[in-house]
Amino acid sequence: MRTTVPVAIAFLSGFLMVVSFFFREEATFIGGLSQNLLIWLTIVGGFTLLLGVVSITRVNWNAVKARKEGWIFKVFTLVSIFAMAVPAVLPSSWSPLFGRAEGSIYDWLFTYLDMPMMATMFATLAFYIASAAYRAFRARTAESTILLVTATVVMLWRVPMGEAFLNQFPGDIPTFLNTYIMNGANLAVQRGIIIGAALGAASMSLRIILGIERTYMGKG
Amino acid sequence: MICRLVYSTVRKILDMALLSRPLTLVCLVLIDSQPVLAQTSSDGAFRTDRINALILIAVFCAAVLLYTRWARQGRPLFLRKIPGLEAVEEAVGRATEMGRPVLFIPGISELDEIETIAGISILGRVAKITAQYDTPLTVPVRYPLVLAAAQEMVEQSYVEMGKKDSYDKDIVRYVAGEQFAFTANVNGYMMRERPATNIYMGAFFAESLLLAETGNAAGSIQIAGTARPEQLPFFIAACDYTLMGEELYAASAYLSHEPLMLGGLKGQDFVKMLIVAAIVLGVILVSLNLGGDTFLEWFEAV
Repeated sequence: MRTTVPVAIAFLSGFLMVVSFFFREEATFIGGLSQNLLIWLTIVGGFTLLLGVVSITRVNWNAVKARKEGWIFKVFTLVSIFAMAVPAVLPSSWSPLFGRAEGSIYDWLFTYLDMPMMATMFATLAFYIASAAYRAFRARTAESTILLVTATVVMLWRVPMGEAFLNQFPGDIPTFLNTYIMNGANLAVQRGIIIGAALGAASMSLRIILGIERTYMGKG
Repeated sequence: MICRLVYSTVRKILDMALLSRPLTLVCLVLIDSQPVLAQTSSDGAFRTDRINALILIAVFCAAVLLYTRWARQGRPLFLRKIPGLEAVEEAVGRATEMGRPVLFIPGISELDEIETIAGISILGRVAKITAQYDTPLTVPVRYPLVLAAAQEMVEQSYVEMGKKDSYDKDIVRYVAGEQFAFTANVNGYMMRERPATNIYMGAFFAESLLLAETGNAAGSIQIAGTARPEQLPFFIAACDYTLMGEELYAASAYLSHEPLMLGGLKGQDFVKMLIVAAIVLGVILVSLNLGGDTFLEWFEAV
């Protein structure tokens, strides 16, 4: 029973999603079923949000209680979770600081703390790309030399100054790069990987629908 | 029953046409579908403009079921070695010797993404190895649904290895719902705890290089796997082993060595062969102007 019911639910859900693809959403019930199932998924996901809050609170509180190294940062984590969550769930009719509208505590913390921090993390990506490129682009073999030269030229082409520099040379190098490197070799390989990945996903989905693969239930 | 009917029908066709002539099959299907394509799809509940997709799904299902049946009958199925998967046990062993933890990230997407399910399947295998060697395991997740599924998976793995007492619910922990908040937390963990092994299996986005480079700076051996082609270059540059695309989905079957799952892999490869044949045929037809437009139209709605 503990295995049969989840497998049956997985089969029915998967089968209905496949069947609904071939029927009109507006004309038949089964055609619109896929949209309904996705809405149900969102609702179920909302209930599990409490699990996440309990998990993060327990992990950080245990670290604070045990005074593990860096425990003060765990205190900041706990304070920030509840400082943002509690005012957001309180009704805005009680105070303009509550809720998630503009001017609320949640909105202020999100706009002036959360968003700049996310932008900062994203910005550090440029430096990580530089360090990864420095390590990866080495002329050890013929293939790695081709990679090094191609990557250098493509990176140069992607910045306005580099494109202007490449335009000084005879022959339309930027157009050549765009046509034969980016839209030729690069796109062909990407499509090959996408086809393989799509087939792999379809195969795995079929195994899950038919109950052959049950690892998602914790049944190794 | 429907699957059996489709499978037996296609099997008869395959037996008659000989498996070495997949082009014949593709041509037969194309010829048979011409009257269907000529219909307009404005009426009726059933979408006749997608019947070509139905045919391809039927062929795919039949191929997977056929090879699965052959695998169950004991026919040997060749699988090439995937270095990244061969290295998983060795990498966990390294972590055990160094007395440092293993970090496993099952992607940063929700559980409705097939990549996340593939990542969690691999997590089950990794958890069995860490349970066997008593190696600390940490699994940060971004979504609560993934938290629930991963906790169930890890607990089951520890129970199967007879190490239920070693299981700690906080092995799998919810970190943050925001992409870069998650990344910042995991990066901080990597720099503090210095895990010996980092395994990234699932869907990743812009944070892939942030995670991989930080792991590299922390001195970890890294194994990554994703089906996102735009993230693969970052993982290939920064990780020791990378599973590309379909290798991620094959990992569960590869690590389990179960005939049923291996049969599915071979069936998938057969369909890939059909697609390659269709691409070559399409190139020839379009290049020589031999009705390539009709051939391409057939694939438009797929």
